[in-house]
Amino acid sequence: MSQTNHIGKGPNRVDGPLKVSGTAHYSGEFNVPNLAYGYVVSSPIAKGKIVAIHADEVRALPGVLEVFSHDNVPHLAWFDKSYKDQIAPGGSPFRPLHEPDITFNQQPVALVVADTFELARYAAALLRIDYEQEAHETNLETKRAEGFVPGKGKTGFQPPPPPRGNPDKAWVNATHQMEAEYAHGAQHHNPMELFTTTVEWRGDGQITAYDKTQGVFNVKNYLMGVFGLGKDDVRVVNQFMGGGFGSGLRPQYSVFMGVLAALELKRSVRVTLTRQQMFSIGHRPNTLQVVKMGTNPDGTLAALQHHALHETSQFEDYTENIVNWSGMLYQCDNVKLGYELAKLDIYSPQDMRAPGAASGNVGLEVAMDEMAYAAGLDPLEFRLRNYADRDQNVDKPFSSKKLRECYQQGAAKFGWEKRTQEPRSMRANGKLVGMGMGGGVWDATQNKSAAKALISADGHLTVRSGTGENGTGTYTIMTQIAAETLGLPLEAVTFELGDTDQPEAPIQGGSWTAASVGTAVKNACDALGEKILKLAQKQDDSPLKGAKFDEVEFVNGQLRLRLDHDQAVVLRDVLQASGETQLEADSSATPNMAKQQGYSMHSHNVAFAEVEVDEDLGTIKVTRVVSAVAAGRILNQKTARSQVLGSVIWGLGMALMEETIMDHKFGRYVNHNFAEYHIPVNADIPHIDAIFVHEDDDIVNPLGVKGIGEVGMLGVTAAIANAVFHATGKRVRDLPIMLDKLL
Amino acid sequence: MHPFTYSRATDVADAVRDKAGHVASAYIGGGTNLIDLMKMNVEQPAHLVNVAKLPLSKIEDLPDGGLRLGATATNSDTAWNEDVKKRYPLLNQAILAGASPQLRNAATNGGNLMQRTRCYYFYDVATPCNKREPGSGCSAIGGYNRVCGILGTSEACIATHPSDMCVALAALAPTVRVSGPNGERTIAFEDFHRLPGDQPEFDNTLAEGELITSLDLPEKGFAKNFAYLKLRDRHSYAFALVSVAVGLEMDGDTIKEARLALGGVAHKPWRDQSAEDLLKGQPATAETFGRVAAHVVANAVGQGSNDFKIELARRAIVRALKQAAEGQQQAGDMYLGGQ
Ligand SMILES: Cc1cc2nc3c(=O)[nH]c(=O)nc-3n(C[C@H](O)[C@H](O)[C@H](O)COP(=O)(O)OP(=O)(O)OC[C@H]3O[C@@H](n4cnc5c(N)ncnc54)[C@H](O)[C@@H]3O)c2cc1C
Ligand code: SF4
Repeated sequence: MSQTNHIGKGPNRVDGPLKVSGTAHYSGEFNVPNLAYGYVVSSPIAKGKIVAIHADEVRALPGVLEVFSHDNVPHLAWFDKSYKDQIAPGGSPFRPLHEPDITFNQQPVALVVADTFELARYAAALLRIDYEQEAHETNLETKRAEGFVPGKGKTGFQPPPPPRGNPDKAWVNATHQMEAEYAHGAQHHNPMELFTTTVEWRGDGQITAYDKTQGVFNVKNYLMGVFGLGKDDVRVVNQFMGGGFGSGLRPQYSVFMGVLAALELKRSVRVTLTRQQMFSIGHRPNTLQVVKMGTNPDGTLAALQHHALHETSQFEDYTENIVNWSGMLYQCDNVKLGYELAKLDIYSPQDMRAPGAASGNVGLEVAMDEMAYAAGLDPLEFRLRNYADRDQNVDKPFSSKKLRECYQQGAAKFGWEKRTQEPRSMRANGKLVGMGMGGGVWDATQNKSAAKALISADGHLTVRSGTGENGTGTYTIMTQIAAETLGLPLEAVTFELGDTDQPEAPIQGGSWTAASVGTAVKNACDALGEKILKLAQKQDDSPLKGAKFDEVEFVNGQLRLRLDHDQAVVLRDVLQASGETQLEADSSATPNMAKQQGYSMHSHNVAFAEVEVDEDLGTIKVTRVVSAVAAGRILNQKTARSQVLGSVIWGLGMALMEETIMDHKFGRYVNHNFAEYHIPVNADIPHIDAIFVHEDDDIVNPLGVKGIGEVGMLGVTAAIANAVFHATGKRVRDLPIMLDKLL
Repeated sequence: MHPFTYSRATDVADAVRDKAGHVASAYIGGGTNLIDLMKMNVEQPAHLVNVAKLPLSKIEDLPDGGLRLGATATNSDTAWNEDVKKRYPLLNQAILAGASPQLRNAATNGGNLMQRTRCYYFYDVATPCNKREPGSGCSAIGGYNRVCGILGTSEACIATHPSDMCVALAALAPTVRVSGPNGERTIAFEDFHRLPGDQPEFDNTLAEGELITSLDLPEKGFAKNFAYLKLRDRHSYAFALVSVAVGLEMDGDTIKEARLALGGVAHKPWRDQSAEDLLKGQPATAETFGRVAAHVVANAVGQGSNDFKIELARRAIVRALKQAAEGQQQAGDMYLGGQ
């Protein structure tokens, strides 16, 4: 038996002890000497101009070092392109402290820097700024007729495919039809950790930025572009993150502010946003969707139309893939997908866990439920009748797709067969009971990544890649992959990440980290393994003489012939005998395009939810959720399960409580705090079962992983909304479903 | 947050003296509300007098059969006190329905009475608010007002008092003992909080410099037939949209005596004595409950995004009366996140 087979098991997080003992350092915890503190001042208006900033009054306070604003910010990069980060949408990125114009509420307008945080905060409160206010528009409702089709702009954005078949005619002629509009408001990521940057001034114009980010290289490139820094002038580090969910994909203004102040004052500076300011850094956009479906007499889809309109800022065309999924999740020959944006006086939205899919999924999957009822079919049966074996958007087969097994195993675990179709037909504990379901699809992506592997004479392996760990389990799965590749126990491996001095990895997002960085880690360890084999073969009596790399394996601290396990050497002996103190290897991984181009690569899931509704009071309690996920190979049962549990909780939040409320009179979010922006608490969270349906898939990447961070959120929101309908007979189409909507 | 000086009072007289000796000073109990407000620049005291360690944390019997709740006893210690659980389970339930264990462990009884409204605009100095800045206007009227009131509102302010504990207290009708520069006095709980009228900057009738020293509960605790029902936007750790506290004294199926108070609907915990009178002598039936509930909300006015509260309050009253009449609730239930 091999004790160094780690992949697919469920070891604890390797970084767990650091986290619970407080020795994991987050960006606000690097206490570099002589640190100054910056506090951001935010605009109270949504649109207009700064007429005057009375900074001198504040500069006069002892201990205040400087007040930065458009008045005195030094000459920075001129062209938009310098401000564009790797996933910037089309348009002109927001430039903090660039000009007197106010283009959104809570726009950062000044940075007060002082010797202490308390003084900076106080001085910020005293800073008088005169504004000239202009009329603003923040209400998407007013822009219904002004939607426009965005350009390609952002990396990863796919404009919807052109219509196929004859969707209008097919809808009109369908046996059963449905048409409905779905809406949800803005939502914010709300990670627990505030955006913080500690910028260490290293002298001579060189800095290290300990920055909360999901992409240290993205931030580094941004800083180089904006501040004209050389490659060696700036290092960006982020080893731990108290939640990101997409909020850290783009460089936030906290890092801009921190670096600006450090360079100008030639001193280390920390900038931390407030919880209120966490509502000014991007969000899941307020979205309106219209879905039309029609069925044939046999319950197959005759037509499917899905159109979405969402808000963006005046300066960027933020885009996400909302409707495309509707063209691939179900088999349908007559499909029309539409996608439009509308500009408002708000900050640019930003990718938030399963961006686009989470929104579009609600429209599609609630509509599927409505269609099932219109056609008189059980919602699961209806989905099975419309199962897609090919991705019709691109007319390619799936590299693997075990959604059918997800349906079967999820339904069995949930007890879907006990459900009676009629709304209001189930009761328990004096309450109405409802059961609903929803499924989803998400991309399986691999991006170019690099890694370095080093092994010391004592046999300890260190692997590095500048990826991120936002709580997902990156440290752990990379340790597992590296340890298994070189046949070592987990304790003999250290994985290091989050530093631009390491080999480059992509932003941590899109659920692609396991596939991308995991493959690079494997390749680097393989490259190192080849070097070790060569060393072993140099020894006179080596039993491995003449063996090729693919004829050996690393297991239990040994290197041995695959076909004859007795022909083995102990790894540590090889290293020690060689006289080398350390061996290292670099490698990178890119997707195998030739292999992949004939396939559509996606993960799938289905969620089943049960609710109890107190009809008199409108209160909803989610009592159970079963989520079944097909995402290739699962690297770590425990961290993967945690991802799914977290996703389900996110789906529940979106269904029942999360919404950032805009007061259009002020063009300002009013519930910008944790007391009034509700995220689920323990009392809201039901028993959750996570099921993983294994898929063998060597097309997506050599590890066969598809990523698990986002797909688990899909289906959940719709399943809960559909369960509420099943319980009450009331179809709520604007989320969140708060109790007043059921009264 | 503005700079402030700080001192810790040793006894009541010291606290009152210390506060009177500083301009723009404030008492601080657990700090769970005041510190937040200071961080947001809503309150800007120049001096804090910490009263949390004053010898006012006892919960003790009163000679008249009542119970004295010290002003600095924490919300947790109060809720879980054996006498409170046994004799005033309604209070236990209401406290446990509020905030979170961590907050309740820090929050004091005095501070709970004095906590400020959760109206969004009150917390955001970028928006006008008459309560924060008299004369600046009320942003909630015509704005987003889900958390705002439907009863006893004024043209100046539609805010609610956010406490759960105080809703139970309104039903239990204690007296509030206070000490101030002019000596001691007592205030009937009913008269402690006030309606906004044209002076929404005043939440209550406490005079400048007065310190709450205790809440003196009368003997009657409605320990058998009571209910605290709280409706909110998530199952825990959210303020009440509507809450109802009921205490009944039953004679078989007939209501002999009743107490009824609502939270989340008005600038003060809303006790409705005319509704209580309507309940007296009536059979505990759905018909009675419905009639009384309709009476309570008869003059309620919705403000837009909180229109639903009128119907919600009506239904919640019916439910709470039913639960109380049936004697369903027990002390400690709310700890499990019950509604
Ligand atoms: C996120 C959050 C959620 C919450 N949820 C709920 C909820 O669901 N239900 C609920 O009821 N409450 C809730 N609370 C509020 C909580 O109950 C109050 O903050 C708490 O009771 C205040 O008590 P304290 O001792 O901390 O007061 P402090 O913050 O210390 O003081 C509050 C005010 O009282 C004054 N004060 C304090 N003691 C005295 C005294 N002895 N005499 C005179 N004045 C005094 C202070 O000057 C100050 O103005 C929540 C609070 C938070 C932060
Ligand atoms: S309701 Fe009262 S607290 Fe709220 S904005 Fe109006 S005046 Fe201020």
